[in-house]
Amino acid sequence: MTTTTTPASAAVTPPSPSVPERLRVPAGFVLGAVLLLGVAPVLLSDFRLNLLAKYLCYAIVAVGVSLAWGRGGLMVLGQGVFFGLGGYAMAMHLKLTDAAATGETLPDFMQLYGTGDTLPWWWKPFADPAFALAMTVLLPMAVAALLGFFVFRRRVKGAYFAILSQALAAALSIWLIGQQATTGGTNGLTDIQGFFGYSLDDPVNQRMVYFVIAAVLLLLMIGARQLFVSRFGELLVAARDSEERVRFLGYDPANVKLVAYVLAAGAAGLAGALFVPAVGIISPALIGIVPSIGFVIGAAVGGRASLVGAVLGAIAVAWTQSTLSDAFPAAWTYLQGLLFVLAVGFLPGGLASLGVVLRRRRTAGATRTTGETA
Amino acid sequence: MSGEGLTVRDLRVTFDGFTAVDGVDLDIHPGDLRFLIGPNGAGKTTLVDAVTGLVKAAGSVRFGDQDLLGRPVHKIARMGIGRTFQTATVFEELTVLQNLDIAAGAGRGPWTMLRRRKDIPEPVAKALETTGLTHLRDRPAGVLAHGQKQWLEIGMLLVQDVRLLLLDEPVAGMSHDEREATGALLQRISTDRTVVVIEHDMDFMRSFARSVSVLHAGKVLSEGTVAEVQADAKVQEVYLGRTTQPEPAPATAVAVAEEA
Repeated sequence: MTTTTTPASAAVTPPSPSVPERLRVPAGFVLGAVLLLGVAPVLLSDFRLNLLAKYLCYAIVAVGVSLAWGRGGLMVLGQGVFFGLGGYAMAMHLKLTDAAATGETLPDFMQLYGTGDTLPWWWKPFADPAFALAMTVLLPMAVAALLGFFVFRRRVKGAYFAILSQALAAALSIWLIGQQATTGGTNGLTDIQGFFGYSLDDPVNQRMVYFVIAAVLLLLMIGARQLFVSRFGELLVAARDSEERVRFLGYDPANVKLVAYVLAAGAAGLAGALFVPAVGIISPALIGIVPSIGFVIGAAVGGRASLVGAVLGAIAVAWTQSTLSDAFPAAWTYLQGLLFVLAVGFLPGGLASLGVVLRRRRTAGATRTTGETA
Repeated sequence: MSGEGLTVRDLRVTFDGFTAVDGVDLDIHPGDLRFLIGPNGAGKTTLVDAVTGLVKAAGSVRFGDQDLLGRPVHKIARMGIGRTFQTATVFEELTVLQNLDIAAGAGRGPWTMLRRRKDIPEPVAKALETTGLTHLRDRPAGVLAHGQKQWLEIGMLLVQDVRLLLLDEPVAGMSHDEREATGALLQRISTDRTVVVIEHDMDFMRSFARSVSVLHAGKVLSEGTVAEVQADAKVQEVYLGRTTQPEPAPATAVAVAEEA
């Protein structure tokens, strides 16, 4: 045995020559925190910072995608469902407080399209801020748990799981469109004014929302990182790579996947909830099939199995999208599709694996020339 | 001799009308090192699949006093029955240590699962030593040599603390030295566990088996010690035949065996 073979590994981080291994992750985290909480708010205009807040919401979804898809092998092409549930739960609460602030009992759209002058029963609990906040995370997690329980037990996986997820995203957005009187239909819940007593028109409060989102992202990354290096993280990778073998070790891989799926749904729900104050709207168009694919492209391009790769990928792709879709609105969709195919087909580890791939290629070349074998 | 024995009665496995295992009876006592041999298609692997819950089967399979048939794979595994596959299936992206640690952990609670591994659990350290993989502890399993992967799989069964090991062609593709090492490993293991080995390699079987069952066309053809089985005329006919008596009869029998 020689040591020329470089492991093609997501679970094993390649050693860095300059920074000691032990300090690499904390140092990177501190750098990220300084950039997000210190540098960006100073350098960016209010408008740009608000855009970044939106991208960071996508990055929060990507944290979950990285866990479920990157580590768990679950192609979660329907995260729009959970993003939407979180977003609507938050928006319903904010619409109710907006209405209460002007002395109304019904949100504006219900007064226009509604059939009566009473609030639907399922809206009522969302007036309570604690309930609404809890629901932004618990509702998506509950739906994911129910769905996952049946799907993973029946060993639905791969493309079938992806198609099922997509269908669910389509179904939810179609249902929302049909319920004009209680959900705002195609328009969604729009024109949100306040965020727990703070006016969202005020740029200072918009900055506060940005800080909340950035902090949530950083905390989630710490949590996800802990999960990645935990025994559960190892087991998840094992279940991804050889489900049958895991079963013969006495585990039920369905449960392992379920945990990853539910946590990813929770992250997407939280992202949806934070998206609402940042952007001021949640609508079916933001949670259907196309945005659901959008949620995973960033992770795929950046590197789905690498937490940092997925997060940076999500931010970069969202930034590219808003830059390019202004200039070439028609071309973006094609480019998006192309990116996805290229990343999944030719660079499954995403840009995060580029270093490893290149190093391996170089090593392979060196091995060939010296005639040495591993 | 601790542990339970495996008792198989009238086991039948049928795939779309084709009967792969056709009424097999087996008694494997605690501490045995039993070899299952037989031509391709004799039903050896299917038998192991049935015992471990991978395929549906009729009849009865008992381990100690517990029924196995009809239970899901992971429940059977937790009862102390482990297996390997013809192609070594280890978690290639994980290190040797991680592979073993996962195998040791089926009973862990959620709190332990969510934390990072702090030190090497005792059974894992022992299995590293038994299988001679200690120096490769931090290597990804994917870069191990073929024989080392097989040993890692056996090590995983050891930390799983299985009482019954079912090994599907563990020495296939191994060098002579690796075979000898594996045989010695199996003999060490089987002092306090029961080991069943599916094997094609006759030399390996002769050197290490304590008892042998010969399967042919889904049935048990012969059973006993190596010497008894080798002396059995039926076995010579279907399987070992050509080496002892170069007569026309075995030739046709071999043809039949290859068809099956």
